[in-house]
Amino acid sequence: MLEINNLKSRIGDTEILRGLSLTINAGEVHAIMGPNGSGKSTLAQVIAGHSDYVVTGGEVNYMGNDLLDLEPEERAREGIFLGFQYPVEIPGVNNAYLLKAAVNAKRKHQGLDEVDAFEFLKCAREKMAALGMDSKFLNRGVNEGFSGGEKKRNEILQMAMLEPRLAILDETDSGLDIDALKAVATGVNNLRAADRAIVLVTHYQRLLDYIEPDFVHVLSEGKIVRSGDKTLALKLEEKGYDWVREAASA
Amino acid sequence: MTSENLESLVNRRYEHGFVTDIETENLPPGLDEGVVRAISKRKNEPEFMLEWRLQAYRQWLEMQEPEWAHLHYAPVKFNEISYYAAPKSDEDRPKSLDEVDPKLLETYDKLGIPLHERARLAGVAVDAVFDSVSVATTFKDKLSDAGVIFCSFSEAVLEHPELVKKYLGSVVPRRDNFYAALNSAVFSDGSFVYIPKGVRCPMELSTYFRINAANTGQFERTLIIADEGSHVSYLEGCTAPMRDENQLHAAVVELVALEGAQIKYSTVQNWYPGDENGVGGIYNFVTKRGDCRGANSKISWTQVETGSAITWKYPSCLLRGENSVGEFYSVAVANNMQQADTGTKMIHIGANTRSTIVSKGISAGKAQNAYRGLVKVMPQADGARNHTQCDSLLIGKDCGAHTFPYMEIKNPSARIEHEATTSKISADQLFYCRQRGISEEDAVNMIVNGFCKEVFKELPMEFAVEAQALLNVSLEGAVG
Ligand SMILES: Nc1ncnc2c1ncn2[C@@H]1O[C@H](COP(=O)(O)OP(=O)(O)O)[C@@H](O)[C@H]1O
Ligand SMILES: [Mg+2]
Repeated sequence: MLEINNLKSRIGDTEILRGLSLTINAGEVHAIMGPNGSGKSTLAQVIAGHSDYVVTGGEVNYMGNDLLDLEPEERAREGIFLGFQYPVEIPGVNNAYLLKAAVNAKRKHQGLDEVDAFEFLKCAREKMAALGMDSKFLNRGVNEGFSGGEKKRNEILQMAMLEPRLAILDETDSGLDIDALKAVATGVNNLRAADRAIVLVTHYQRLLDYIEPDFVHVLSEGKIVRSGDKTLALKLEEKGYDWVREAASA
Repeated sequence: MTSENLESLVNRRYEHGFVTDIETENLPPGLDEGVVRAISKRKNEPEFMLEWRLQAYRQWLEMQEPEWAHLHYAPVKFNEISYYAAPKSDEDRPKSLDEVDPKLLETYDKLGIPLHERARLAGVAVDAVFDSVSVATTFKDKLSDAGVIFCSFSEAVLEHPELVKKYLGSVVPRRDNFYAALNSAVFSDGSFVYIPKGVRCPMELSTYFRINAANTGQFERTLIIADEGSHVSYLEGCTAPMRDENQLHAAVVELVALEGAQIKYSTVQNWYPGDENGVGGIYNFVTKRGDCRGANSKISWTQVETGSAITWKYPSCLLRGENSVGEFYSVAVANNMQQADTGTKMIHIGANTRSTIVSKGISAGKAQNAYRGLVKVMPQADGARNHTQCDSLLIGKDCGAHTFPYMEIKNPSARIEHEATTSKISADQLFYCRQRGISEEDAVNMIVNGFCKEVFKELPMEFAVEAQALLNVSLEGAVG
């Protein structure tokens, strides 16, 4: 589904991704771990198409096409979803309105009619209930005045409504209490499917207790320095990132 | 004016066939007493009206054009304007939509304006506009059953001179300001509304249905009188770009609300703003004022201003009656080289008067948008209250927003609250929306419409939908 080959990227003059390669197939769940500042969010933003991140080398192939050729909205409509580490507030724009516009943008791209307003609301309410979100959040401004946990749940709600092919969740677990973490994990697990891939960017093993990954990668200084199965995460927890760094430079 | 001048003016008119071909003749450019007399005569006005115009003209001569710090424009050459342009004859108008500028039609398309309406807006000869005439008549019947008078200003001068005499200039005196004085001297036509005691006007009144007064925009005059306990909602303007060649617009609108009466006045103004380089476009210098003359009366202004090269406009309320209420809800958009200087004045005179101001200014491109508002509480206005909320939204980095709130509080019991915010549409917000599959343009529209929500909800339903579409069209290309 996604093949990243020797990807290099910079912000301003600073090179951040320094030759990153990663292959993700449909049906898989990958966890990407690594110390602060190692480039995890940068990778997520490059895949989503943020223009601040300049790609200086390498290729990204998505569903058989050159991903880097597509505008951010085209990538989204083609099924790429990014759960942001810091979801932005958009005051005045109704949360339900944005959600519906997003669903309809995708449906239009697929040649489908706009979603029926009643069906849409029903579906959104169901998903919110499953996430332990009060449906009053539908009528608030997008992320406006939401707590950290509420913002993250809102990202998961959007993901659930959009049913992406490739979902990248950037530290969706950080700042969540245990109930919120469980709710988010349930939301993600419900989406696991043979035709869908999920990438969890995380700091902590904690999330992986609830969402079991097929692969774990460790990112350090803009490269994947180690890959393995879920036991790698446990090992990291035990030995810390210095262990990986030493292993990488050894 | 010397008799010699007058004579030459009269001769000149004759030369150009003014007398024989009155239907298609414009007055020659320039302004003097002769022109004022000619306008009045041309309309068969009674003596009192001519006198009123002449006094206004003399007052205007002594006045200075205002200078505003935040508007920059080439000086208006008052002597090169023609002060009376007869409605275009049908021969001069496009015969069908095929003859209309395709760009204008494209905009109508985006706004979803119905076909028959497009023809009217584009100035296609009226007899080609099958529906409108019969529609207008139906409404007239319904209104007259309720005792409502709704006609052109010219008609009112002839048919209801006692009402005109009593109320004209009673809210905006002739010498109120430079443009009001000019309008008072040379106004061409406009609307007149009278709602009798205790009557709730059975429908929204709109200039839309008054096709007979087309092409009178330049010096328009509107007078609305709501008698005791009556209610009326009036919609001015139209949501599609108007074909209009007049460059200077200096309209005057006067509202009178007697005891317990309520007037809601909504405007959607979308005149030609000029091109991206600031060439062309309308100068919109309008004086709008409502007088809450009776106790418990209420006047509410709602405006969505997206057009004009320059807008200079402060719909105001004189809150004279005890417990009277004034409201001002405004969305002003300035894109490209547009300049808007708009706001309101709330003058609290009576006891326990209340006012609310909600102003939303949107600037994009290189445009400048200024809010200028005055809240004045007179010594006798015990218990006056005002709440002002003034928000600016910037799109891009070359535009500006300015806020000038003035307060003159002469009664210590007054409660005045002022809130102001300035926000930008951030790159992060746009990226967030795009990551959800929403195009940048749609994202901007979504954010802008969200920003304006509080004002849009004050507009009558269909109007709100159109205003929203209009806003989107006028901000097209504002980003990226
Ligand atoms: N907008 C930015 N401008 C400059 N440097 C940035 C910006 N965003 C991130 N960086 C830098 O890029 C590096 C990688 O950041 P990031 O991808 O956010 O790391 P992670 O998500 O792994 O913590 C860090 O050194 C960070 O300081
Ligand atoms: Mg990060």
